[in-house]
Amino acid sequence: MQNALQIVYLIPLLPLIGFLINGLGRKHLSKSVISVIGSGVVLASFAISIWVFLQVKGGNTHEAHYFDFISVGDLKIPFAFKIDQLSSLFLLIITGVGFLIHVYSTSYMHEEKTEHFGRYFSYLNLFIFSMLLLVMGANFVIMFIGWEGVGLCSYLLIGYWFKKTEYNKAANKAFIMNRIGDLAFLIAIFWLIQKLGTVTYSEVFTAANLAKLSTTDISVITLLLFVGATGKSAQIPLYTWLPDAMAGPTPVSALIHAATMVTAGIYMIARSNLLYSLAPLTMDIVAYVGLATALFAATIALKQNDIKKVLAYSTVSQLGFMFLALGCGAYTAAVFHVMTHAFFKALMFLGSGSVIHAMGGEQDIRNMGGLSKKLKITFITFLVGCIAIAGIPPFSGFFSKDAILLSAFAKNPVLYGIALFTALLTAFYMFRLLFITFTGKFRGTHEQEHHLHESPAPMTIPLIILAVLSIIGGFVGIPEVFMHGGDKLGEFLSPVITNHGEGHVSHSTEYILMGLSTGLVLIMIIFAWFKFKNYQRTEESGLGKVLENKWYVDELYDKVIVNPLHKFGGFLNSIFENKVVDGIVNGVGRAVSYSSRQFRLLQSGQVGNYILLMVGSIVLIFVLQFFLKR
Amino acid sequence: MIPVLLILIPLLAGLASFFIKNDKTVRSWALFSSLLTVVVAVLAVTVLKENKYLAHQCEWIPALGSSFSVKLDGMGQLLCLLTGIAYPLIFLGTWNSQYKNAKNFFALMLLSQAGLMGVFVAMDALLFYFFWELALIPVYFLCSQWGGEKRIRVTFKFFIYTFLGSVLMLIGILYLQSQTPNKSFGIQDFYNLDLPGKTQSWVFWLFFLAFAIKMPIFPFHTWQPDAYEQSPTATTMVLSGIMVKMGLLGLLRWLLPVLPIASYSWGDVTMSLAVAGIIYASLIAIRQDDIKRLVAYSSIAHIGLMCAAIFAENKSGTQGVMIQMFNHGINIIGLWIIVEIIEKRFGTRKMSELGGLAQKAPVMAIFFVIIALANIALPLTNAFVGEFLMFNGLLNAKSQYSLWFTVFAGVGIILGAVYTLNMIRKIFYGATNQVTEAAQDLKLNEKLSLGIIVALIFWIGVYPQAILNITDGISQTILEQTDISHLFKK
Repeated sequence: MQNALQIVYLIPLLPLIGFLINGLGRKHLSKSVISVIGSGVVLASFAISIWVFLQVKGGNTHEAHYFDFISVGDLKIPFAFKIDQLSSLFLLIITGVGFLIHVYSTSYMHEEKTEHFGRYFSYLNLFIFSMLLLVMGANFVIMFIGWEGVGLCSYLLIGYWFKKTEYNKAANKAFIMNRIGDLAFLIAIFWLIQKLGTVTYSEVFTAANLAKLSTTDISVITLLLFVGATGKSAQIPLYTWLPDAMAGPTPVSALIHAATMVTAGIYMIARSNLLYSLAPLTMDIVAYVGLATALFAATIALKQNDIKKVLAYSTVSQLGFMFLALGCGAYTAAVFHVMTHAFFKALMFLGSGSVIHAMGGEQDIRNMGGLSKKLKITFITFLVGCIAIAGIPPFSGFFSKDAILLSAFAKNPVLYGIALFTALLTAFYMFRLLFITFTGKFRGTHEQEHHLHESPAPMTIPLIILAVLSIIGGFVGIPEVFMHGGDKLGEFLSPVITNHGEGHVSHSTEYILMGLSTGLVLIMIIFAWFKFKNYQRTEESGLGKVLENKWYVDELYDKVIVNPLHKFGGFLNSIFENKVVDGIVNGVGRAVSYSSRQFRLLQSGQVGNYILLMVGSIVLIFVLQFFLKR
Repeated sequence: MIPVLLILIPLLAGLASFFIKNDKTVRSWALFSSLLTVVVAVLAVTVLKENKYLAHQCEWIPALGSSFSVKLDGMGQLLCLLTGIAYPLIFLGTWNSQYKNAKNFFALMLLSQAGLMGVFVAMDALLFYFFWELALIPVYFLCSQWGGEKRIRVTFKFFIYTFLGSVLMLIGILYLQSQTPNKSFGIQDFYNLDLPGKTQSWVFWLFFLAFAIKMPIFPFHTWQPDAYEQSPTATTMVLSGIMVKMGLLGLLRWLLPVLPIASYSWGDVTMSLAVAGIIYASLIAIRQDDIKRLVAYSSIAHIGLMCAAIFAENKSGTQGVMIQMFNHGINIIGLWIIVEIIEKRFGTRKMSELGGLAQKAPVMAIFFVIIALANIALPLTNAFVGEFLMFNGLLNAKSQYSLWFTVFAGVGIILGAVYTLNMIRKIFYGATNQVTEAAQDLKLNEKLSLGIIVALIFWIGVYPQAILNITDGISQTILEQTDISHLFKK
């Protein structure tokens, strides 16, 4: 039997084939064929990924070199894949969660026309392909290919319903914000090439090569990579595209804008952990930006009324937590949270899709209420998701969030305090969402009430599977205090990730911190219950209004950056280009024509004459030279 | 033999076209001739790439020290391949466009191809100048006879501007010839000149202005958006897809290796102009409503990057320019083909009057989106490799400002995404209106030409070495000739 590591190329190739079949055949294939192909290729990739994972777990890692992508002078960028602990873990998350979301989509998107149904699945497959390239690449350039590829798919899927101009604008915004980050990423790659002449991980992250980099180099490279990450992973200041990205179909939000793509930035930094650990300044910045984003987004989430917007800001906030962990040197904790977050956030997004489906497209939670009676599975699974994200033991979110809080405490208790406060806000806004949506009285129209129903099995089964994973997913990383050798994940990742500055917290302190956070979270949930169990619509004012309007950040960006640039472009276009640049050209032309009035007869303005004259002169010169010099 | 064939086939076919009366026949004749040319061009980069096939020399005007010396080096092979591929694509893609006096139109198109081939293979300065003019003259006529409403004024400006450049270059060429020991126009004699820095400095500007106008480089570009807009689209394709490469080739073959000291010392100035042009043109592109003008400004930005990368004078930058010259030609012709289809079907090029085409013409939308995304260098499309290498080259340029050049040029990447995505959105997305309501999707010939372009986009995007290998040797040679580090050691 062949070794799984020799056929890793099939993992991205299969979704690519799925993309081509569904994309080209979208007019000829039936919806069921499209569904089977679209989901089947991802399932196959998932199966191979499990196989690969088991091989890696057995201690085999692999670097597959296929061909030279770019080879210029000394610069060699191979098209190569690296299969190690970190990438194999991401493979499982991407293909596993990806498969569930494909299955869910077969039902959720069923009312689309066949042609668009095929288009949807081809984009989704293309996304999986790109995301797999991103994590499998053995160098930064292959990562960048996947990096921009997922951005493209995100753009295509946000603007999937392309008749709506608003959605298309959201898609453009996502792409452009990401491109700002991508530029920084690119420059970081060039910087590496300049200093080391290579971008291959196994060559960059060697002691000898790392020693060649000066402190400035390391700071610049890590900061640039981080700027790239703020674009893709929606951190301050480039986060504003993610909430708008909710214009895309809900399964897309679950897969791309929650579970996988937005965690690319975390993957990138975790992959470069050896570099980051050498850059204390960058580490501080990563931690502060992450924490600020977590807090900032959480405050906005408090007052959002669109079910998907709450989840979107929650995603931004959770990503902030992951960056906090990275900045504290707890790379494993960040990766751990990527995993558990993929489970419970995909779960909640798919749950919200089930709700939206039942409500006939309604997304405003003020018009919902009391849905628990009709949507039992959705309610229970959503509840599981909320408990998991709030961080109540033994649900998965508890373990990963606890690891992050602990790392923050080890770095600086103030960071811990703010992070804990943010975690409390998280519990509050998530349960606010849950209670407003599922408890109390129904506040929508009679028609909607009549239409309410639980979603069909292809939608509920993924919900149930994700709920189970959200409950048990944390057991791979049980902290040492509970169980010696319980941190299986940390052990597994240890060959590729060297955590930095972690520890130094006594067991008793750890118990106290855990008890404290769990107790406070429970209090927040009870508080939310009393406040929102019988929600009545109210108008916001004061700070509430500012939060509802997302701190007016979009407006600020428009005023400070977008509009001035637009106006400047207008000035260049209508005034500078015509009056100054072309004005000088025409002025010179006029001056020449003025001074050469005597040649007026020749200046008939007929280009033909000029050309004739020119050609004639050239010929004459040639002929004269020819005869004179003979 | 091959370079002579590449010139002769279109030249003779073009002359013959003047005598074909039937519109349909002349169209097929032009396509046939261009297919013949592309076969020869492909042979030149594949099986017949030995020296004996690629070079040819005979007497031309011995009294002047000028000979008919033509040779296909790697850069020549690539650009002749581009020229070879471009013309059938243009003829095929615009097959449905009707022209008055079709025989003259196609004759002039083919003559311009002959001139371009000559420019790319000439290894004698006077011959180079001769072909330079030969390529331009048909284009003046094409623009002035078959152009839009403002064609006379625009062609006049285009003519005066480029003619001025040509004259400056001619002066430069004559001066250099007078400096050679054997009074020769041969390129090797030019390379051996070794002029003092001060002399190089002013001769540099004679050549640079000619090339800068041709590319064009900010602030010598104002003829270009008008000319692109007013020319018949088939001519615009020639102008933007291939002719701008005359300027780039001029820099690489006739300027840097001949005047290495001046090229180095003026490098910061030229790179500044080029990079400023990227941002300038991109900002203006954002504000365009006419698709042709938008693509025209976008092209100025892209050419700016190529020019800057040339003056970076390193392997990565030079190879990036080489591959990008090819990519830019292919991609922009693809864009123009769709622009032409839109203009012919809807009678407008204004984006504000279009919209919702993706519903009515999904195949067109897919092709356009792919080509537009290639135009902004998305990975796995051809332009990514070019831009990647050029940016890498720019950062490693031997200039104290190299980081700033890279960053500012990089802003162009972001602005490029802005105007490109807005263009896609305004033309193809949103709701349909009465203009686009009755839209038809692509016809077979259009699908065929765009299909070839898209295939090239992905092929080069995934396996760029196919192109990079062609130009590897010549890039190295150019850099060695341009290298002046031995002067510092003395």
